[in-house]
Amino acid sequence: MSQFIESFLQAMTAGLLIGAVYGLMCVGLGLIFGVMRVINFAHGDFMMLGMYAAFYLFTLAGVQSVFGNTVGPFVAILLAGPILAVFGYAIHALLISRVSGTKTASLEGEGHYAQLILTLGIALILQNGGLIVFGSVLASIRTPLSSSAWELGPFFDISIFVNRARGIDAIVSFATMILLTLLITRSRIGKSLRAAADNPTAATYMGIDVDRAHRTAFAIGTGVTAIAGGLLATNYPFHPFVGLDYVIVMYAGVVLGGMGSIIGAFWGGMTIGLVQQMSTIVLPTQLQNAAIFVVFLLIIFFRPQGFFGRMVERT
Amino acid sequence: MSLQRPIVAIAAFAVIYAAVSLSITNSYYQLIMTLVLVWAIFGLSWNLLSGYTGLISFGHAAFFGIGAYTTALGQIYFDLSPWLSIPIAAMLGGVAGLLVGFPTFRLQGHYFALAMLAYPLAILYVFEWLGFQEMTLPIKRDNPIAYMQFSDPRVYTLLALVMLIGTILLTRTVERSRFGMALLAIKQNQAAAEAAGINTLAWKLRAISLSGAIAGAIGAFYAVVLLVVTPQSVFGMLVSAQALTVAMFGGVGTVWGPVIGSVILIPLAEILNAEAGTRFPGIQGVIFGLAIISVILLAPEGLFWKVRDIWRRRQLSQLSSEPRDVPATATVTQLPVSVRRDRAATPEDVILEVRNLSRSFGGLKAVQNVSFKLHRNEILGIIGPNGAGKTTLFNLLNGFLRPDTGEVLLEGQDVFARKPHELCEAGVARTFQIMRPFQRMSISDNVVVGAYVRAKTDAKARELAADAISRVGLSSIADRIAGELSTKELRLMELARALAGQPKILLLDETLAGLGHDEADEVVTVIQRLARDNITIAIIEHTMQAMVRLVDNFLVLDHGAVLLEGKPETVTCDTRVIEAYLGKKWVAHAAH
Repeated sequence: MSQFIESFLQAMTAGLLIGAVYGLMCVGLGLIFGVMRVINFAHGDFMMLGMYAAFYLFTLAGVQSVFGNTVGPFVAILLAGPILAVFGYAIHALLISRVSGTKTASLEGEGHYAQLILTLGIALILQNGGLIVFGSVLASIRTPLSSSAWELGPFFDISIFVNRARGIDAIVSFATMILLTLLITRSRIGKSLRAAADNPTAATYMGIDVDRAHRTAFAIGTGVTAIAGGLLATNYPFHPFVGLDYVIVMYAGVVLGGMGSIIGAFWGGMTIGLVQQMSTIVLPTQLQNAAIFVVFLLIIFFRPQGFFGRMVERT
Repeated sequence: MSLQRPIVAIAAFAVIYAAVSLSITNSYYQLIMTLVLVWAIFGLSWNLLSGYTGLISFGHAAFFGIGAYTTALGQIYFDLSPWLSIPIAAMLGGVAGLLVGFPTFRLQGHYFALAMLAYPLAILYVFEWLGFQEMTLPIKRDNPIAYMQFSDPRVYTLLALVMLIGTILLTRTVERSRFGMALLAIKQNQAAAEAAGINTLAWKLRAISLSGAIAGAIGAFYAVVLLVVTPQSVFGMLVSAQALTVAMFGGVGTVWGPVIGSVILIPLAEILNAEAGTRFPGIQGVIFGLAIISVILLAPEGLFWKVRDIWRRRQLSQLSSEPRDVPATATVTQLPVSVRRDRAATPEDVILEVRNLSRSFGGLKAVQNVSFKLHRNEILGIIGPNGAGKTTLFNLLNGFLRPDTGEVLLEGQDVFARKPHELCEAGVARTFQIMRPFQRMSISDNVVVGAYVRAKTDAKARELAADAISRVGLSSIADRIAGELSTKELRLMELARALAGQPKILLLDETLAGLGHDEADEVVTVIQRLARDNITIAIIEHTMQAMVRLVDNFLVLDHGAVLLEGKPETVTCDTRVIEAYLGKKWVAHAAH
């Protein structure tokens, strides 16, 4: 019995820690989706770029030699965020803006077809270009923290071990999330983003440049997901095609939380992390991801607006 | 466009493709020739659902993979020949379509697309867990032909070509029939389609089932061609992406789109892979991605539509240099507006009776205890300030919203809380405040969609549509594309679409909105003429001038409740109406 409780608590802890990072990852996509209503298939690949950016900042750009092995990775990860934000900004300005925002009125299906295929094209280029540039060897951002743990307890006779790298990942993730929430709720930029998301036409009348708001959202969303990617990379090795594995988790999280809700996306990602880790108690490891999809489908059927979303229907 | 021309095009394509593939000797290129057709068929299968209904599926790999594993597992464990397993795969694909569609069609737009993503991936992990990692089809040396194993790979190309032609013909048949019309109507506006009498869920289920069957069959064939099946190669996200890539690249909602996309993209990717793959692994993906991006930026709706639009424009410019006598716009013969209608509503003959109808949204009582009677041949004007519940009342009457309480009797029959398409069949038609024409279709095709609810055959539907078009006076421009019409013509077209189903009651929601004074008069004339032809009309409108001339009776709503009912003369003088519309200050003015 106590063994079951122990593995249960251990799985839950693992789920909460990975969930915090998944949450941040989902927030990046959720921001883009919520503001622009664009399904961005390349988002997983933006995250992959974030992982490599952190990796090269750490190893080649000298972060390792300045900050050392323990702090260095996290400095590199946080630096990768702004770099990818600039990248996202450019991608939106050059490509995405051509088929989204105020340009889509004349297109069939409000430009959804064009957006999908465009982001698929970007995804293909990033994955395969990544293969050419980075090679197919697994990379990882190793820190000594990845192989050490804090021991919580013992409570009665149960102790829980928390991997130090994952623990710090979760803390960084929460901190980023809080900063982002402040940015969105308190700042002028945040207000224009929310206005553009809520009603683009009305926002335009109020003098908000909706296309610029979209570009800002795209940049911030890409940067945030890149940070989440870097955090994941401290524990999971990665390769140029890694985006494919995570893009599904991202969408599941965003839908779970309710499309358009930033906080919702975070808790959606958290739920995915918990489901993934907790399912290992009863299911074989290979079915971890199948469990995610089953939960995803169940929630989408019974509460399609997600935890925090709202449904608006108009005739 | 004559009916033969597309058939000739299909035949020409088949002959040329067969000739080219027979002349190729390199076995790798032969394989590419087959794969082009495989992905074209898969693209067509995707197009049948997503291209025509507009519900984008990210999960078509589910059907494809089920087909592929049917062949592989069938032959390995049950010694089943692909000649049998391909039809079985088609059946399984069709059933899978129903099972997936039934719950998933409750979702719309992005939610649908993302939910579809989950199916193949969930199956993928289950298959990996079951240990079906890499299934190789056993080679049958004694009787290869019985197991669809040919030494000459060109036979596979020919088989695939036969399947492609079959799929193209099937898609074309669907496209031209009421099936295709229903799907297009769903794509444009699901609500409007329901209101036009289309059972949207039933048609969508037929579409996904047929689409799943095609995907299952071609997945099964794919396994035969490649001989090896892995979960990633048939259930993976890239497989679903392949379907939507070839279809969207070529053009969505046409049979030629996926074929064009596949013929261009597949050889490009494969040849790049063969030529440069060893030096630059992944170079084909990069070039592929670049090709997709550049095409989508230049032709966001796909190559087919871009080329067709250029072609049409050139033809139009050639035509316009010649003299033509087609009227530029439809004009409705205008009756002198002072003439009142020469027939009276029959007071004792109640066609629609509404008793205490209520509906609230949370705490907001949008419609509360509304009762009124609609008499045969009457024109009832429903007025009231913004937010009075007028459109909500229409939504309750045609089934978009479920009333909370009350009674609705249509010719004495209880029709409380029926679905929109059922009410349309019962004889309640409506138009919308916001027009939703089917942009790429002609006026006739737009109107035919509304006629199917009364017509058993396509010919009968065309007939009803032509009749409805002539009643609103658009016959002379019936072949024009809806996207080229003026607001007035669109309003008249929507009216014709509602009429085509031969309704007993017509609910008109702000039909005069956005029209100039003269245009409004023309439309008013048409409505008056309809009322004379035994149609009962309820109309929501803000233009009081037009309304006073048009209606027999007014129903005034305010805050969801009936404020007043009566003749135009009494209603326009009533202080409560003036107050509701203009505020207290004006009541004093009116008194003087």
